[in-house]
Amino acid sequence: MSSLLTSSRVTPVDIAKELAFFAVLAVMMSIMILGVETVDRPTGLELALRWDLVLLAVCATVVGRLGLIVRREHLSRLLQAALIVISALMVFEMFVRFRDLDDRWVSPVTFDMATQSVGRAIFFICLIAIVFAIAYFSSAKGRPTGDEDESNKISARLQVAYRTNTKKVGMLGIAFFIIFPFIFGENRSAIDLATLVMIYIMLGWGLNIVVGLAGLLDLGYVAFYAVGAYSYALLSQHFGLSFWLCLPMAGLFSASFGIILGFPVLRLRGDYLAIVTLGFGEIIRVILINWYDLTGGPDGIASIERPSFFGLADFSRRVPEGVTRFSDLFGIEYSSMHRLIFLYYLILILALVTNFVTMRLRKLPIGRAWEALREDEIACRSLGINPTNTKLSAFAIGAMFAGFAGAFFATRQGFISPESFTFLESAVILAIVVMGGMGSQIGVVLAAIVMIGFPEMFRELAEYRMLIFGAGMVAIMLWRPRGLLSFRDPTILLNMSKKEKVAGEKS
Amino acid sequence: MTMLKIEGVHTFYGNIEALKGIDMEVNEGEIVTLIGANGAGKTTLLMTCCGSPQVSKGRILFEGTDISRMPTHDICRLGIQQSPEGRRIFPRMSVFENLQMGACTQDPKHFDSDLEMVFDLFPRLKERINQRAGTMSGGEQQMLAIGRALMGRPRLLLLDEPSLGLAPLVVKQIFETIKKINRENKVTVFLVEQNAFHALKLAHRGYVMVNGNITMSGGGAELLANPEVRAAYLEGGH
Repeated sequence: MSSLLTSSRVTPVDIAKELAFFAVLAVMMSIMILGVETVDRPTGLELALRWDLVLLAVCATVVGRLGLIVRREHLSRLLQAALIVISALMVFEMFVRFRDLDDRWVSPVTFDMATQSVGRAIFFICLIAIVFAIAYFSSAKGRPTGDEDESNKISARLQVAYRTNTKKVGMLGIAFFIIFPFIFGENRSAIDLATLVMIYIMLGWGLNIVVGLAGLLDLGYVAFYAVGAYSYALLSQHFGLSFWLCLPMAGLFSASFGIILGFPVLRLRGDYLAIVTLGFGEIIRVILINWYDLTGGPDGIASIERPSFFGLADFSRRVPEGVTRFSDLFGIEYSSMHRLIFLYYLILILALVTNFVTMRLRKLPIGRAWEALREDEIACRSLGINPTNTKLSAFAIGAMFAGFAGAFFATRQGFISPESFTFLESAVILAIVVMGGMGSQIGVVLAAIVMIGFPEMFRELAEYRMLIFGAGMVAIMLWRPRGLLSFRDPTILLNMSKKEKVAGEKS
Repeated sequence: MTMLKIEGVHTFYGNIEALKGIDMEVNEGEIVTLIGANGAGKTTLLMTCCGSPQVSKGRILFEGTDISRMPTHDICRLGIQQSPEGRRIFPRMSVFENLQMGACTQDPKHFDSDLEMVFDLFPRLKERINQRAGTMSGGEQQMLAIGRALMGRPRLLLLDEPSLGLAPLVVKQIFETIKKINRENKVTVFLVEQNAFHALKLAHRGYVMVNGNITMSGGGAELLANPEVRAAYLEGGH
């Protein structure tokens, strides 16, 4: 070991100091969480000590850190890999023991459960790795990896490939989502999950207008989602209006709420704006809970009408007189999946409309004005842009899409209550936008899959999925602090002759 | 003919009186320079012309219209464009998008010819057309700020310290361009500068500002020769 270290710039003493520091840190962090456990014995609550877990945590930290030091000092690659693998194994062993501990009083861990969860975990990690690989290679500022020139070249080439083919990647994604039900046609939970992810993609794209383009930090976006959902639910219940009539109305209601919110916050920016929007989100939720006569309070609104097939046919098994059944309309056998698949396509179309409108707006003067406003408000004013109108339009259009998504949510669930519209939802949507890389449309899709899809997919892993989820978030913060796909392409490129281009690049 | 007329303007930041009754005018076709020490109120005066902060007392006339109560974005539609202090370009947008933003109040039919005009003045910008504006050098960003203002087809161009933080050679280049804009494009220029020597050499007329008051005015060359000005702004401070 010492012969290996002599070649580096750091002395063994430095390394020892660093390792000791991390060992102490690991002890401090793990001792209360892992080391002590309250156990419910017949004689009462007792403290059980699990020093082996603490020891494992410390060892894993030290070995892992050593691996990172080896990496930092560009020493043996093999040693580096070995150390990191050992560290990972220790972490794994720690989890297994921790899990044993958990279940000792509940049910013994069967071999099946263990293999299943390990398999799932590996699959999960692979998927995350793929997402990271895409994000890593697509970024212009891939982390400088020192002597790894070769991989840099590859990543640079892949970056260029991604950047020049963003459209194709997008098309590929759309194609995948379109054929998705054909692949998973009979799998109810897969379609359900895809629909859920799609709702969040749509919300993410909507919020992207407000946060990513106009740069207005909105922490109460879920309020507009709620307005959309309740306006459909109430209009449908009290006036018997159909979903197709209510959808645009829900959008309009939400947009007007966007303007109502927009007016008082016009002068605010940054954290102040965030606080006011947060408050607005809570106000809407509290009103929904307390206005019992109208909204049903915490009981919510149940048995909301399901959407028909564009008013032509119904998806239920038994339909009232004079109404066509969907399966009869096309002369196919009845299946309860039809409605789910229809809902999936509906949200897909809504989401794509959101995306399309956003992309178009970005190229129009209003979209450019939003972006300019995000960059520098004072400069905008002095160029003759009316910041009031610009901000209000961003709020209104962002809110409108949340309203559409809300109406869809209400019709899909058939039941809504204020519980669906808590601050946590706003935070998740904002996290999707921020994690995707502000303003990046494909980034939002990736982030929605990571944030919504993965945790749902791995429900069996119980609290471990949240652990992995947390680790994933930390990893994103470390490696992609500006979001998964954080670059902005100009909305327009001026074509130059090749000669001029070369000159431009050289100078 | 008087283009911009400032009459007894007072401006406050809270309780602090930044401008204490300014009277000055800019005639059509001129380059007028305002010099003064740090904190004299030069930038405040320029920003007051643009409506933020607003005038507390007195009034500002642009071609006979009182603009002292108008919001900034309406003032600029009258034909006043400014290149603000610190340039304030849009850093994450491309050079081309920045120029597009400059033209956002104008009829699109002028866009191509205006763009050509800006590129003639600043060939550098043409080379950088698709580059992110924030990644350019200070001098290039200054060119962009002026170019962006010109895309708004101003009749009066307000420039706030275009020489700030630039190398002497670049400063010279920028001042030459300002002269060219004034002469060839018939744009009246109101220039605020710390770099008194260059600015006065360029200007038809100049004003000297001290603590929110205009203390001296006269022709550019005349001020340049004035011993007081020389002592305070050209030779002093060492």
